Parts: sequence; structure tokens; C-alpha cells
Amino acid sequence: MPELGRAALVVTLGLALYAVVAGAWAAHTRRRRLALSAQNALIGAFGATLVASAVLLVALVRNDFSFVYAAAHTSRALPTGYTISAFWGGQEGSLLLWLLILTGYAAGAVLLNRRAARDLIAWVVPVLGGIALFFAFLVVAVASPFATQVAPLDGRGLNPSLQNPYMMAHPPLLYLGYVGLAVPFAFAMGALLARRTDERWIVSTRRWTLVAWTALGVGQLLGAHWAYEEVGWGGYYAWDPVENAALMPWLAATAFLHSVMIQEKRGMLKVWNVLLVVLAFTLSLFGTFLTRSGIVSSIHSFTQSSIGPWFLAFICLVVASSLALVFSRLPILRARSRLESLVSREATFLYNNLLLVALTLTILWGVAYPILHEAVYGEQRLVGQGYYNFFLRVFGLPLLLLMGLGPLVAWRRASLRSLALSFTWPFGAALATGLVLLALGAGSSIPGLIAYTFSAFVLASIASEFARGTRARRALAGGTWPRAFSDLVGRNRRRYGGYVVHAAIVLLAIGVAGSSAYDTVREGELAPGQALEVGDYRLTYVRLEERPAANATEVRAIVGVERAGRGLGTVEAGKNAYTAEQQVSNEVGIRSDLVTGEDLFVIAEQVNPDGTVYLRVFVKPLVNLIWAAGFVFLLGALITLWPDAREQRRLALRYSRAGVATRS
Amino acid sequence: MTLSLLLGGLLAAACVVLVALPYLREPAATEDLLDVPGELERRQLELSEVRDRALAALKELELDHRTGKVADEDYRSLVGPLRREAAEALRALELRAGSAKRVPTDV
Repeated sequence: MPELGRAALVVTLGLALYAVVAGAWAAHTRRRRLALSAQNALIGAFGATLVASAVLLVALVRNDFSFVYAAAHTSRALPTGYTISAFWGGQEGSLLLWLLILTGYAAGAVLLNRRAARDLIAWVVPVLGGIALFFAFLVVAVASPFATQVAPLDGRGLNPSLQNPYMMAHPPLLYLGYVGLAVPFAFAMGALLARRTDERWIVSTRRWTLVAWTALGVGQLLGAHWAYEEVGWGGYYAWDPVENAALMPWLAATAFLHSVMIQEKRGMLKVWNVLLVVLAFTLSLFGTFLTRSGIVSSIHSFTQSSIGPWFLAFICLVVASSLALVFSRLPILRARSRLESLVSREATFLYNNLLLVALTLTILWGVAYPILHEAVYGEQRLVGQGYYNFFLRVFGLPLLLLMGLGPLVAWRRASLRSLALSFTWPFGAALATGLVLLALGAGSSIPGLIAYTFSAFVLASIASEFARGTRARRALAGGTWPRAFSDLVGRNRRRYGGYVVHAAIVLLAIGVAGSSAYDTVREGELAPGQALEVGDYRLTYVRLEERPAANATEVRAIVGVERAGRGLGTVEAGKNAYTAEQQVSNEVGIRSDLVTGEDLFVIAEQVNPDGTVYLRVFVKPLVNLIWAAGFVFLLGALITLWPDAREQRRLALRYSRAGVATRS
Repeated sequence: MTLSLLLGGLLAAACVVLVALPYLREPAATEDLLDVPGELERRQLELSEVRDRALAALKELELDHRTGKVADEDYRSLVGPLRREAAEALRALELRAGSAKRVPTDV
């Protein structure tokens, strides 16, 4: 059925083109039925892309190797789960997934906002249509997933690195994040095109932005866990360009989610917010470009292709046109109020924004410099981890501190007396933690000690916020403590959900600092019966095992583990030899201690024919807090995202009374 | 091949119908202008936003004061301007609502 897939994508292309041309004309000339027709075109584009995606999925699952894509990324021996994930395992499928998610978001945004923001939607449609048009053009004319051939007997299989359960969720979540940032971008541009600088574009996109940001955050953590388990170098984040490509839009979106609160609460930073949205979306395009163009050499980049120039041209077009639009609308974006004090909640948000943007741009420079250097001088130049780690400390540690300071400072201004009331106990808790850690020997890493002290400060300030809020709520409304707590959170979801997200970031910081600043590593060649000591652990190499798996041969070194003379079982580390793919992958052995959060991480660097193995072993304290942070992050995001009936009623009333929420 | 082309054709036809739906539903619409908020509606929306912003700030200030985050003197200096801001926006909105009600009788 490749013809159906191709036809469906041509239909998507046509509908996207129609959404751009008819949508812009309808918005310009204020034609109601034409505007509705353009909106329907976006909804139809989603339907057509869904059909194309179904065709590709069926071809993959049925091992229809007459599809070039199916033959290049699957094989008959590949387990079904990975056959499905091969949808995004290659370039053409990834671009189709981008288009599918984009048109899905666009259809959802149109359907949910066509009443409350009808004059905005009229301009949002051509912007979303323009982005869809670009991706539809790519999958129709440049990188079609429906190219055909005479079917070979078997396919080439999937890259072994991608044959990991995390790869079934990590790329779709990243794409949900990348593509989701198109919605706030389109609404911001729509608002500027319509010359509407009220809050509706922010209200309409708040949840879309949060969904995209959450997906991007969780997707990155899953990717880090994949790298930790699958790539087998002993870490989870290596400042790889493709990893950075996902981090940068997340940081920009984080800055936006904070600064947008200043616009909502004080009517300030309108220009800054629009620029942040442009930055976040452009960085998401840049991330896709880095991953899919093959311009950088990365363990996460699985492609070499010719779509790079198209992407670069599109990114330039998006940046130039959106900046031109923002500058042309500067007069209507001026704020009417000013920052009253440098010691206020909005000021801490502003500092947070400056640090986040500085960190984002520093990472961007680290990613772009080797590309630019090679383009200008023709020789490769690498930016090492030292560069990134330095700036992470310079900008990241103050950011961590600000997470604790921000919630303790009131809006508008705060006197010394107010600050003393709020700071006493978190400051005391941080000081005590720092001194205890110093006494325990944590001073071996000064950045680690600072990170832990700041983390204690943030956790104490969050705990204090919850405790004082619950007490005040109980004093006001009575009832039990749990009832007061749930009322407090339920009535202030964004505030307290945000605090839970902050707690997740603190857990992440503790996990990163613990596993990188205080880790232990030993390596050595062992024959059966020989042992290696690492920290408190003693590892004894027992034997080598070779066994068949579904589509590979597994070789494992069985290693016995003891701590303080007590047996803790065995770990297995080794290699997989994939038959169809004709590649070998490293398979690490990990023993997690869920009580202390520590991991024993074993890599079999070499498995020798004489039965000896060369092992590299890490002890990584607190590393499991990084993964636990993911669950806390998700919980906080869900609390923040959960619909608030009172707020929705208030907004509905506001728009109906202002006469902007009637039949479209 | 033929089935694929047939299904492709059906998909295209369905999309054409979807796109034409607004015209099929209202083939001879007497009013085809996109209902864009005028100056009055925009001003109303702006005032509503000012009012909601001031009321939300008051609510937040009350909570911060009750939880002990804002000292009494800070509370007293902040609450007055916020109440004035909210009251001015409410008054302006009421005036607009009153004049809007009066217009039909005057006419």
C-alpha cells in the first residue's frame, strides 16, 4: 500500500498549503467561512497524516520489505516492540512522526480554542499550517518513508543501540516536546499578527506549553537512562550535541514558564516572553536539525542525510520572520508597570530567566562552535566536557539557590523584616547540612558541597512553604491537617505543583552531584576466580556464559558481589552480537541499592578468547535519585496541569463579558 | 495498487468535503465577517485583565501574610494600592456595563 501512504502525504501537503494561503487571506480580509475552512484543513491534515502513519506501521509490522524504510530498519528476527519503534528509528519515519504530532497538536489547538480566541485562531492557523507545510514537503519530496524496491529476503535490522525498551518511549516523548513548542510559538505569532497583546495567547497555550515541557523533560530523563544502560561508558549525560539539542529548548521553555507568570501577575515582560517562545521553538527545530541532518557526529544521531540545507533554510526563515514581526509590534508590547524592587518575587524570576538564557546560549555556542569552525577553517574542533561543566556550575548553582529564594520572597517588594521571617529556618537548615557534610568529608568536592548545601536550602524552603500554607489554610477553614493540605494544593495548583517540580530538580541535582563528584572507579583484567575491590565492594569474576537470544548471541561475565563480607548475589556484564545487523553492543551490569540510591555499575570492556575479561567498575552514590526525580517531576507537572474549574469559570466569564467568546 | 489509489481518492474527497463544510453548511450566509473584537471589547478585556490581576495579587498577598511570609508593615503598604487598583478596574467595568445598558433606551 505505499501508494496510499504517498497519496495521504500529498493530501496533507495540499491541506497545509491551503491552511497557509486561505487562512492568511481569511484572517486578513476577515472572512468567517474561509477561516473555518482553513481550520478544517488543519484537522483534515491530521487525519491524512494518521492514514500515512498507519500505512507505514502496517508495513513495518508485516515485514513488508518492498518498503525501503522497512527493509532498512527492521528484520524478521526483530521483536515486535522494536519493529514498532523502528517507526522513529530512521530519518523518514522520524519526520513523519514530527508531522503526525504537529498536525495532531494543531487540530487539538484549533478545536479547543476556536471559541475563546477566535480572532487569534484565524492567524494561528496559517502559522501552524506553514510549519506543517515544511514537514509535509520534506516527507513528500525529500525523504519519503514510502520509497519502494524489489523486496529482499530479509531486512537489515534495527541499530542495536535502539533495541532497548527506553527507545520505545524516549524519541516519541522528545518529539511531543519539540513539536509541542510549535503551539505557543504559533499563538504568540498569531497574537502579534492580529495585534492582540492581551493575555489570551498565554491562557490558550499555558497547558500546551506545560505538556510539551513535561514531555521534553521526561523524554530527556528516559534518554539519560537509556545512555546509562545501553551506551555503557558509565555515565548518563555526556554533553553530546544531540543531548544538548533536547536540553536547550527545555531550558528556554523553563525560562518562559517562569517569565510568563510576571506577565500574568504584573503585565510586564511582553517582548521578553515572545522572544523566549521564538527561542524555544527555534531551538526545537535546531535540535531536530542536529539529530536528523547528520551534521554532527553523535552516539544519538543515527543518520546521514541531505535534509540539512532545507532545515537550515527553514530555521533562518522562522528566525528572520518572527524577529521582524516582534520588532514591528514593539509599540503595542510596551509594559505599563515597572519592577518596583530588586528584592521581590518578580526580580528573582528575572534573575532566574537571565541565568537560564545564559546557560542555554552557552550550550548553544558549545554546540555551534565546532560546526562553524569546520565550515570556516575546514578542520574539526571539539568542545570538551570541561567547558560545559564549568558553565553548569557558574549558572546552575545560582539557579539552584534561586529555586529556594524565589518562593520565600513576596511579589512587588519585600522588607528585611519579611525576609528574616521567611529565611530563618531554611537558612539554618542549609547551614547545618553544609557543616555536617563538611564534617563527613564531603569537602573533597567544593561544587558538590555547595550543591548539597543549596539543595538543603531549597528543600527546607519548599517544606516551609507547604507547612506554613497548610497551617494557614487550617486556621482559616478548619478541618483536619490532610484536608487543609489537599485544599491548599487544590486551590493553588500552579504554585504548589511548581514547588513539587522544584523538589524534583533538587533530587536531580543531588543525584548528579553525588554520582559525578563522589563516584569511585576501578578497572582490571580478571581470570575466573580473581577479584577486584571498588569502594566497599568486592567483585569476583565467576565464569563466562554464552547464550542465544531472539536476534542476538549474548556473552556474559558472571560476577559475584560482596559488601563488608556479605554476599549480594551476582551481576552480569558482557556483549551482544546481533546477527542481522552484524554489530556488537556493550551490555552493562547494574546493581542498584534502592535504600542508599547507590549503583554498582560493571562494564565488560573486553571479553578475551582465553576466558579473561577486562572490567571497569563504578560505584555511583545517589545516582538513583536522578531517576526518582523523574517521577516527582511528573507528579509536580500533573498537579500544575490539572484543570482548575474555578479558574476556567473565571476565564469563561471574563471572555464572555468582554464579548470575545461567542460563536466563531 | 487500484485499491490504494481508490482509498487515496476517497481520503482526498473526504478532506475536500471537510474543507468545504463551512460553505456547504451555510451556502448563502448573510453575515460572513469574522467576528473580531472591536475597540470597546478590547478595552473591556483589558480592564477585566487588570481587575483579575489585582484580585489575584490580593489573594496571594493575603495568603503570604497569613503564612507569615509578609510582615505586617509590608502587608499594610502593599494591600492599599492593590485594593485601589482592583476597585478602579471594577468601577470602570461597572461604568461600561451601565452605559452599555443605557444605550438601547437612549436610542
